Amino acid sequence: MKHEPVHQGRLKSPFHSRLESLDTVNEWHQWKGYSSADQLYCSDTEYFAIRNATGVFDLTPMTKYRITGPDALDYLNRLVTRDMAKVRPGRVAYAVWCDDNGQVIDDGTIFHLREGEYRLCSQERHFAWLKAATLGFDVTITHETEDVAALAVQGPTSYSVLSKMNLEGLEELKPFGLMHFDFEGSELMISRTGFTGDLGYELWIDPDKAEALWDALFEAGELHGIRAIGTTALNMARIEAGYLAAYEEFLPADETIRTGVSRSPLELGLDWLVDFKKPNFNGRRALAEEKRNGSAWRLVKLDIEGNKEAHHSYIFSNAKARGGQIGFVTSAVWSPVCKQNIALGTVNTPHGKPGDTVWVEIYYQREMHWNRKMAKATVVDKPFWFPPRRGATPPGPY
Amino acid sequence: MKTYDAIVVGAGHNGLTNAAFLAKAGLDVVCVEKNDYIGGATVSRNLYKDWWYSNCSYVCSLLRPEIYRELELHKHGLQVTPYGGSVQFMENGDYYGSYHDEEVAYREMARFSRHDADAYKRYSADTMRQCKFIRDFLLSTAPDPTSFKPKDLMEFARIGSKFTGMGEERMHETIRFWTMSVAEYLDEYFETDVIKAAFSGSGIIGTALGIHSPGTAYVLLHHYMGDVDGNVGSWGFARGGTGAVSSAIAGAYQAAGGELRTESGVEQIIVKNGNVTGVALENGDEIHGHIVVSAMDVKRTFLTCMDKNDLPEKFHKRVENFKIRGSSGKVNIALDGLPTFPALPEGSSLIHSDMHFIDSMERMERAYDDWKSGTWSQDPYIDMVIPTLNDPTMAPPGKHFMSCFVQYCPHQIDGRRWTQEEKEAFGETVINQIANYSPDFRDLILHAEIRTPQDIEDEIGITEGNIFHGELTMDQLLFNRPIPGYAQYRGPINGLYMCGSSNHPGGGIMAAPGANAAREILSDLRRPNTVPENWGDD
Ligand SMILES: Cc1cc2nc3c(=O)[nH]c(=O)nc-3n(C[C@H](O)[C@H](O)[C@H](O)COP(=O)(O)OP(=O)(O)OC[C@H]3O[C@@H](n4cnc5c(N)ncnc54)[C@H](O)[C@@H]3O)c2cc1C
Repeated sequence: MKHEPVHQGRLKSPFHSRLESLDTVNEWHQWKGYSSADQLYCSDTEYFAIRNATGVFDLTPMTKYRITGPDALDYLNRLVTRDMAKVRPGRVAYAVWCDDNGQVIDDGTIFHLREGEYRLCSQERHFAWLKAATLGFDVTITHETEDVAALAVQGPTSYSVLSKMNLEGLEELKPFGLMHFDFEGSELMISRTGFTGDLGYELWIDPDKAEALWDALFEAGELHGIRAIGTTALNMARIEAGYLAAYEEFLPADETIRTGVSRSPLELGLDWLVDFKKPNFNGRRALAEEKRNGSAWRLVKLDIEGNKEAHHSYIFSNAKARGGQIGFVTSAVWSPVCKQNIALGTVNTPHGKPGDTVWVEIYYQREMHWNRKMAKATVVDKPFWFPPRRGATPPGPY
Repeated sequence: MKTYDAIVVGAGHNGLTNAAFLAKAGLDVVCVEKNDYIGGATVSRNLYKDWWYSNCSYVCSLLRPEIYRELELHKHGLQVTPYGGSVQFMENGDYYGSYHDEEVAYREMARFSRHDADAYKRYSADTMRQCKFIRDFLLSTAPDPTSFKPKDLMEFARIGSKFTGMGEERMHETIRFWTMSVAEYLDEYFETDVIKAAFSGSGIIGTALGIHSPGTAYVLLHHYMGDVDGNVGSWGFARGGTGAVSSAIAGAYQAAGGELRTESGVEQIIVKNGNVTGVALENGDEIHGHIVVSAMDVKRTFLTCMDKNDLPEKFHKRVENFKIRGSSGKVNIALDGLPTFPALPEGSSLIHSDMHFIDSMERMERAYDDWKSGTWSQDPYIDMVIPTLNDPTMAPPGKHFMSCFVQYCPHQIDGRRWTQEEKEAFGETVINQIANYSPDFRDLILHAEIRTPQDIEDEIGITEGNIFHGELTMDQLLFNRPIPGYAQYRGPINGLYMCGSSNHPGGGIMAAPGANAAREILSDLRRPNTVPENWGDD
């Protein structure tokens, strides 16, 4: 049998031509096989596009599945920990799904596109897992990563930009809502979602219309400070928003080799996503037991004194490091918008309750020489960055 | 009648900072401001349709991040966005650009001189060494060299060990640096006129000195020693104009329970039996307080708002002799669209940068000559930025706000007040210089606000409109600022304090004088300190 030879090298997203034409620094990495930009001209400027105007990020490589069929809702309710019955058509839900031990396989967003029709979007690929879970349900799962091109359009002027694109009714779109529009004869889905914790949208379209959409978007945004951004800038914003990233704050449980390195939703601060009122879902028993007996780990948001970033730091319960480490930092950044030294980390319970003080061991380099500092940190429970505009409907011009 | 714990006079950013830290310590504070708006020289004003002007200060770098964080200014609406680079337009049609990207900056410099491009690293390291030295002292009170108090001795020991830690050669360099001229300093590294002209601007901004005047190397440092997000020397725009800094500090102050009264100009600081007891307002009201903290400049505080008989004779004389000379003007412009600069390549990032229109050291010096002769520079040094390329909130989409800071512009013309015609001619000089490099600029002007030092003095009460509340020369810095013996924020009378930019570490949107003064006051009152410590660069 003759077959298409497998593609060698990096894949190019349908927006690649546009990104390439804006790129000046040639810094790319691969994301699920695609070329994805670290930065296009300067990650600092790109970061501030998100917080000050509008940043546009190509998220096409996100893994996407279409879930349809009469049992789609029941299936999803079995799959994920939260109650999907509450997620009406036109709404989007952040969700996690677990293995039978209650350990997180991945997190993602589920878009209720139309009655009984869903899209699940995740960092990792899970077709085998999703298929296995269909047992007994009348659902069809289609892998559609390559069939949908997607852009995140994030920042205070993002609504001003989109409002110039003839998208009737967009002003009514609330956070975690989605709407369908026509774009040059194709369906354009817009959701008010994102990974930045700011006012923002995500645009989903047929790859054939990707370039046209990009061009229309950038024309609309010209006077509103629109800029393409890379992953470095986006990652800063996501830490400020307190969002988790797979491989940073948790590992997909099914890929772990060692015992004890995976995390449950309760250990990731996602209790609110676990609905024990549901009769059954993957991991329910184990999670119920964990809920009764207590968790081993706790995800913490840390507000750290000083200005030295706490990358890869050990966390201690006291400044003298007595008693050994209680955990470690998973993501750290100096937050330019909050002017705070912030981090996400994972610590052993009972440590790390909101309001607790912990100590972070920071190593930092000055002119080749390394220094060490034990920095005091406060555990906070709110996202570091949570501006009122994020929830405003209709959004203002900002 | 009520007696406040503290009355802070002047709701500029330093007065507000001071008031905020006092209120956070639980004091009952009122801050009185003469204008119907707050912010002083750190202000955004809506003077034309939907445009907001940063009508005095326009860029931000010195603001101490420790204060920003402690007062949670982001929660009160402050966002500072860095911008990069600068450009020097040249009379021959060329330009010299400086870029954020190190290698691009190198190539551009090498286009003029490979020598200079290579020398830049050494220049940068030497300048950063001085920055590092001074940065350590911004959030602390300068020690009094004549005092034997343990606190002063300890602080002197700290400075001393930092200083001697540099090693002999660098100690010599440092002493020289603090008194030399910016022109001499640059001559040690560079050979290209336009490159020297580009760097020398930071040595004279806000001063009544020329590039060859001793002490201007330090002024350069004053413009390099700040940072945005740890990038020392970089500058940013406050979203919404620099008034966002003041309103955020005011937000923190009010959240801590502080009271703010506008349209309450102080006529007189009241002294009874050698103690301050309050203030008398221009509107006839009196406010009583246990202490009074003046955020006004030192001359206005002591020469205008106090009775000479309440002050020590010698102190009064020293205040009279304090150097605070008006030397900078401002032209704020509303634009109908973005002007083009044909010298720049299409799509150049330099449009986002600081723009200047002087390309030689000789022109820099001549600009100063005009000021010395009592008039504004006919060929001025302009520091021009278009913040709206960065900030979507200051003008309608597609329209722009242009800020032109102009050096030199005297407080008075030939020793008398400016006439309206002269003021307009000054504005015309500025617009002309820019129009020489941008043919469509003039037609895009919708409105312009022309500000001479006289206007700044009239509106926000800074003596002679001097942007730093007093010259930044060695005789007026550190323990000499504002007056030797009074450099620790305490006035010559019980209960009287000073927290404005006339005090260490000087002018600029820094908030350090206000914060340092609060620390001293709280220590006198035996209250817990609310002022954060310096994070340090090491
Ligand atoms: C034109 C110009 C451009 C500048 N550009 C920059 C820049 O880009 N970046 C930068 O960092 N710095 C800049 N500066 C310097 C910086 O703005 C000032 O050093 C700083 O704002 C001073 O703050 P302050 O609080 O010490 O004093 P001020 O801002 O002068 O505040 C004093 C306050 O006291 C009030 N007041 C005066 N008299 C009385 C009275 N009798 N009763 C009650 N209230 C009174 C005034 O109205 C004012 O609000 C600039 C300054 C000027 C003038």
